[in-house]
Amino acid sequence: MSDISADTLATDRSSAPPKRRIKWSTVVDHSVLIVGSLFMLLPLVVLIQMSSVPDVEVIKTGPSLQIGDQLDDNFNKAMFQASGFSGENTGTSMLINSFILGIGFAVGKIIIGMMAAYAIVYFRLRFATLAFWIIFTTLLLPLEVRILPSYEVVQSLGMLNTYQGLIVPLIASATATFFFRQFFRSVPEELVEAARIDGAGPVKFFIDILVPLSQTMIAAMFIIMFVFGWNQYLWPTMITTDEDMFTLVRGIKQITQDLEGTNIPEYGRANLLAIIAIIPPVFVVIFFQSWFVKGLTESDK
Amino acid sequence: MKRAGFTTAWLPILLLVPQLIIIAVFFYWPAAHAIQSSFYLQDPFGFGSTFVGWENYTHLFSNSEYLRIAGFTVIFTILVTFLSLGLALLLAVKADKVIRGAHSYRTLLMWVYAVAPPVAGFIGLIMFDQSWGPLTEFAQMLGWDFTLGVTYFDTATAMVVVSVWKQVPVNFIFFLSGLQSIPKSVREAALIDNRSASGRFWDVTFPLLAPTAFFLLIINITYSLFDTFGVVDTLVKGEPGNNPMTLVYKVYVDGFRGNDLGGSSAQSVILMVLVLALTVFQFRMVERRIHYT
Repeated sequence: MSDISADTLATDRSSAPPKRRIKWSTVVDHSVLIVGSLFMLLPLVVLIQMSSVPDVEVIKTGPSLQIGDQLDDNFNKAMFQASGFSGENTGTSMLINSFILGIGFAVGKIIIGMMAAYAIVYFRLRFATLAFWIIFTTLLLPLEVRILPSYEVVQSLGMLNTYQGLIVPLIASATATFFFRQFFRSVPEELVEAARIDGAGPVKFFIDILVPLSQTMIAAMFIIMFVFGWNQYLWPTMITTDEDMFTLVRGIKQITQDLEGTNIPEYGRANLLAIIAIIPPVFVVIFFQSWFVKGLTESDK
Repeated sequence: MKRAGFTTAWLPILLLVPQLIIIAVFFYWPAAHAIQSSFYLQDPFGFGSTFVGWENYTHLFSNSEYLRIAGFTVIFTILVTFLSLGLALLLAVKADKVIRGAHSYRTLLMWVYAVAPPVAGFIGLIMFDQSWGPLTEFAQMLGWDFTLGVTYFDTATAMVVVSVWKQVPVNFIFFLSGLQSIPKSVREAALIDNRSASGRFWDVTFPLLAPTAFFLLIINITYSLFDTFGVVDTLVKGEPGNNPMTLVYKVYVDGFRGNDLGGSSAQSVILMVLVLALTVFQFRMVERRIHYT
């Protein structure tokens, strides 16, 4: 806000030749932001540096300023060399599983949420309020507090170590439904009336008008849900015991345990797997920043 | 509800059915099951169970280990919530002020949002490594012999640092968007009335941010209670030993490792009640809240 005062002062004195002065408040602002950014960024730099040098080097000296030439070697190890007992969880297979979980979760949640929200907002239902409450109670209890019985349900349905068992129970919360309900309620009512006068039925209205209208909302929701699904840990840890079903984030547990047991811990491989687990969700968040921020700040309120 | 709507009877039911089935099978049934089994004592070998009433609960509240973990969870939650809120508010205020590089700062400060908690925990393991971790060396420079995973207090410190690192971006995003939604006219009026920047912040900006801050308070408490599971699990390397742990981690340890289904369920139910109370509190406060805009 001091900038506003600076600006107004500057225009007042515009007749005088502009004199370049260092504004200490601006210096302080930038220093705080730079320190903050470094606090966020430095750990990642350390990981990258460590995965560029041979593992023996890491054990001797730890992180240093030197950038080695082992990056592609370690990358090959991380992506194609399997660890564990069955030898099936290479980085590639974990990466594929992570994408299946992230995308499957996001798409499933959005489709089911939009359908339910459409039914609640646009139809006259006798039990609409009841349905509303049944659905929105789920916002209150996160999966973590009912994890054990949920596991038992999935087990009794024979869905352990399957993608359905991984994805569907995570969808059982109403965040997307709530989000789309809020949005649909802000859509002008005239649209429905116009559509009805033109003879469009509910299905046509939904597909031809409401879905195109919600494009930005769908994109925002997709980003948030993709990151949320990708980053799931506790649930995949319980549901997947087959190593070829591991996701990258689930595999982190394996990776840390691998570091414990061996003589020369494979820091290069472990760090690269962690970096690979970070990159896709971070890229999505950075490249679709404005949608993501919009979705985040509007959905949770 | 919208006044103008469709009157087709079968379509809305068809639309609602998938959501309702998933919720019934994977939400209501497990939740009910947790409540039910919290009143039973499971046979350790899985042969049936006996009704024990409130025994699982009373047992928990007289268990010194459980109370110690509850105490740690409270302190952990308070520290993570206030440190991450404070840091994020400071950074958001500065990011709102600067003109040059505003976009880059925003990106640099928010990308960690997308890092999974266990991956953050893994990064913590590297940064606090016993022999060469940069943060261990930094602590040693200050004369603090930091031993992650061995000393209770040091492990707790690492948990707080990693959890704060992971949580600052979310708070930052919300505070920044809150700050940017303050109308320019209000800021200019404040500028005329009050020349001191800190005075303007506490008298005008902060009260306008209060609804955001309150909302974030609840979000952060929920985060510290539940989402830090991954951080805790990786930092203790799956072997809690005498390291600190949170209540959610205890549910997992007792239910999965200890096969104490009744005790674990009772803990789940306590957490459910806690979350419900928090949410009800949040709704009531939001209703009562004065909205300035």
